[in-house]
Amino acid sequence: MVNSDSSPPPLLVATGLCKSFGGIKAVQDAEIQVTCGSITGLIGPNGAGKTTLFNLLSNFIRPDKGRVIFDGKPIQHLPPHQIAREGLVRTFQVARALSRLSVLDNMLLAAQKQTGEKFWQVQFQPLVIAKEEKQHRERAMAILESVGLASKATDYAGSLSGGQRKLLEIGRALMANPKLILLDEPAAGVNPRLIDEICDRIVSWNKAGMTFLIIEHNMDVIMSLCNRVWVMAEGKNLADGTPEEIQCHPKVLEAYLGK
Amino acid sequence: MVQYLVFLALSTSIFALFSLGLNLQWGFTGLINFGHVAFMTLGAYTTVLLSLKGVPLLLAALIGAILAALLGLVIGFVTLRLREDYLAIVTIGVGELIRLIVNNQDLPVGNTWISGAFGIQSYPIPLANLQPNLLLKLVMIGLLTLLAVITFYWLWRWIRSKGTSKLVDSPKQVRKKPDFILRLLGGGLLGLLAAAIYISGIIALYDYEPKAGLMLLSLLVLAFVFWRLEVLVRSPWGRVLKAIREDEEVPKALGKNVFWYKLQSFMLGGAIAGIAGALFAWQLSAIYPDNFQPQLTFDAWTMVILGGSGNNVGTILGAVIYFAYDTLTREFLPRIFTNLSSDQLGAFRIMVIGLILMVLMIWRPQGILGKKEELTLGK
Repeated sequence: MVNSDSSPPPLLVATGLCKSFGGIKAVQDAEIQVTCGSITGLIGPNGAGKTTLFNLLSNFIRPDKGRVIFDGKPIQHLPPHQIAREGLVRTFQVARALSRLSVLDNMLLAAQKQTGEKFWQVQFQPLVIAKEEKQHRERAMAILESVGLASKATDYAGSLSGGQRKLLEIGRALMANPKLILLDEPAAGVNPRLIDEICDRIVSWNKAGMTFLIIEHNMDVIMSLCNRVWVMAEGKNLADGTPEEIQCHPKVLEAYLGK
Repeated sequence: MVQYLVFLALSTSIFALFSLGLNLQWGFTGLINFGHVAFMTLGAYTTVLLSLKGVPLLLAALIGAILAALLGLVIGFVTLRLREDYLAIVTIGVGELIRLIVNNQDLPVGNTWISGAFGIQSYPIPLANLQPNLLLKLVMIGLLTLLAVITFYWLWRWIRSKGTSKLVDSPKQVRKKPDFILRLLGGGLLGLLAAAIYISGIIALYDYEPKAGLMLLSLLVLAFVFWRLEVLVRSPWGRVLKAIREDEEVPKALGKNVFWYKLQSFMLGGAIAGIAGALFAWQLSAIYPDNFQPQLTFDAWTMVILGGSGNNVGTILGAVIYFAYDTLTREFLPRIFTNLSSDQLGAFRIMVIGLILMVLMIWRPQGILGKKEELTLGK
């Protein structure tokens, strides 16, 4: 089927991704598509290979086989940092705050194309760098404000709670100004009130034009956020469709509940 | 006394420089380097051998630093992609390797080849044959005064500074007062030491002694390197290094070329150690492979840990304390333990350093200037 005029073009298309660890086939011939401007969900029972698929998409783990096309360009051969520069930024299942850096520094790290990250520019362009830092700092504070961490900006990131680290990590991904953010279980280990807050934020950023691909076990989150859901089980694609279709898909129910 | 203080300032500044290189690699980037002396050896031998061939001294030292950086590139290129313990192992090996090469190979000393085991003597040393007129003496004294003024200003600011760190509001407000008294005592002692060195420096520069010129040179180099390092670690460049130290997957996921930054840090730290090596060779005025024992690497580690790793001021402070300890025990231990031989005393002094480090690790594991909060933070 060719895209109809109304549906936007896919931002990310992965096909035929395979990865084995020794004899274990963690991901087998998996595919996924993320349309531009959508919130796409990726669900599946534990051990289904969801996080491995994220690692393959961002090339933190090299796929054995398969193609990943992002924004019209093949990216599966690029090293992880270049994929991030192309605009595909991932977060981690266990939030990784840089403990001994301040919350603000955690955010500033994510800014792209900083002049001050080049050794020689630090020597010769102090004024340009100071100006850039000021702009980045303003933007970082605005994002911290929106995730409710502005008052913690000068604290060490290591002093944040688990839920706050999740928020910091999402904020940090936004700071990188990507085209697509891969969120790995943003609601895991977060208290219900904070989950609602995180969901609200994701919706409002999505309205502002950000595309998300989300792994999540919390079905309420998936059902309320996603336009389209992909289901994996035992390393393979099981189904995909709208949240409503997935909810009553017989194969999905079987994978989750058994026969 | 004057000569001794000049010697002390010279040694301290050279090893502070050497340790600053290690602090960049370990304290800021988290790279474990157990063969730091390799860079120093390479820097020292390159400088000395090139200057014997007639290359101008400063150019020779610069080439030494560049070669040390290239050594860092080679070591880093093969190990930095692997887990961090591989770097630790390879650096131990390279440290010994370089020393064994200069020990066993014939080296091109001037126009002849001489076995490295005989060492290298009578090479040119900067400012050694200088006969300064009054103006030049005054300029040199002026430079020394400038350094002294900066040092005193910082000491004063540090003594008066608020004890609590800005980053975390510490609940221990009560402990402020003893902290202030401790700082006053420590700062006062350091101030006295600095003043003694400053006065000796003026005397030695006025009745010009070559060692005093070399001391001024290495203090200036140290000040310059310290200044540039402070600028670097506070820049976005330094932020990436610190991020790598904390968790290298994060900067990778945010588009930073982690491998390349580790290489840069490793090379720059190596180049700094290379310059320290050139100064060390000039101080010794004759170098032998035995001057570059692995012990030096661990002295640098002691200095970095003592002052608080990831803190350039702390590293310099660590070097000052190390040499102050060295001097004091050399002077007073023989008087206290009159029945011990000099060999026993030497071993005893090293044992006490170990003991101090252990006590420090229990009582203040973050080092003297390190921040306690940084240690207790979970990953």
